[in-house]
Amino acid sequence: MPYIVNIEKLNKHFGQLHVLKDIDLQVTQGEVLVIIGASGSGKSTLIRCINGLEEYDSGELKVDGHKLEPKGKSQQALNTIRKEVGMVFQQFNLFPHLTVQRNIMLAPLKVRNKNTQDAAKLADKLLARVGIANQAHKHPEQLSGGQQQRVAIARALAMEPRLMLFDEPTSALDPEMVGEVLDVMRDLAKEGMTMLVVTHEMGFA
Amino acid sequence: MDNQFEFDWQAAFNSVPFLLKGLPYTLMISFGGLVIGFLLGILFGLLSLNKKWYFRWPATAYIEIFRGTPILVQVLFIFYGLPDLIGAPIDPVTASIVAIAFNSGAYISEVVRGGVQSIAKGQQEAGLSLGLTRVQTFWYITWPQAFRRMIPPLGNQAIVSIKDTSLFSVIGVGELVRQGQVYIANTFTAFEVYFAVAIIYLGITLSLSLLLRIYEHRSKSAV
Repeated sequence: MPYIVNIEKLNKHFGQLHVLKDIDLQVTQGEVLVIIGASGSGKSTLIRCINGLEEYDSGELKVDGHKLEPKGKSQQALNTIRKEVGMVFQQFNLFPHLTVQRNIMLAPLKVRNKNTQDAAKLADKLLARVGIANQAHKHPEQLSGGQQQRVAIARALAMEPRLMLFDEPTSALDPEMVGEVLDVMRDLAKEGMTMLVVTHEMGFA
Repeated sequence: MDNQFEFDWQAAFNSVPFLLKGLPYTLMISFGGLVIGFLLGILFGLLSLNKKWYFRWPATAYIEIFRGTPILVQVLFIFYGLPDLIGAPIDPVTASIVAIAFNSGAYISEVVRGGVQSIAKGQQEAGLSLGLTRVQTFWYITWPQAFRRMIPPLGNQAIVSIKDTSLFSVIGVGELVRQGQVYIANTFTAFEVYFAVAIIYLGITLSLSLLLRIYEHRSKSAV
């Protein structure tokens, strides 16, 4: 079975600091892989390399068969990969100037060239899936942290990704909101989504 | 000698119709110059954010030169100096618009740069991770947020530039101050007339402040 992510001997330096040293990592379809480890050990850096938000120095990185060259040399592959890989950030990074629904619609409209009606329908469907169907026309700042993170998950899902990256998705949340986000992630895993999760949430791991 | 001065309200009021003949020049130069200055500001502001030195350096040079020299020198240079270079005279109004454009453009470049830099990097990363191109990410995500933050400093620059047009009386543009000077040459009522001139400027700038505040409030409640 071909790997969705195949990393061999990946190296990455931040100046003198050798953050990622000869990393090998294979992820198969439907697998949920949780990466845990001390702060500053390079977990986030590793998953940020997979969708090219960080460049790496040497080694080999393939995502769904597309080879991503070191040092950001493969813009073409990068564009293809980013369309297939969704990412959820620690700080949500929702777009504050857009409504919740528009946050989710943006990529389907501009990258997938869907029409407004279809994109809106998709957004509403995804919002229902993450349990906040009634918040579509609010702005992100009007939502709780847990709701915002669920919107961020819905936004990533709108591109129908083959792989989802979660970069400490619950670390910025109040404790009572962690559960609702983890529930959404568990459902995703059950439905067969391939997921790479960086977290400190040992219970989830 | 009797040196008791008494403010002559009648003289101030009487000068107003003559002064207002200068208003279209003041407004036209301000508006024309600021529109071009805004475009220059976007262009050079974005260039100054570019990673490549051959984009960044010319922008930085432009900004430093026009921010670091007096606008009075700039307009004298354009009006008296440039015609020698291009071999054709430049009329005072055109020279004035060009001066406001390039001068405000330098400051607006910095406003644009600051506005764009103030948007958290995570916004750009979120856009890119969704598969948007760099240009799409900028246009749909970074720019709308940056522009909202740029409104107050842009308003500030507009007010500065409107007042700067008063300097162009020196090259004979018939704007507010020039009209005042001409009027005073006949009536010798300097205090009253410059008072009236000041009030007209204040009227323009206060109106602009008010409009900006309304616009800012609206765009905030539209969030």
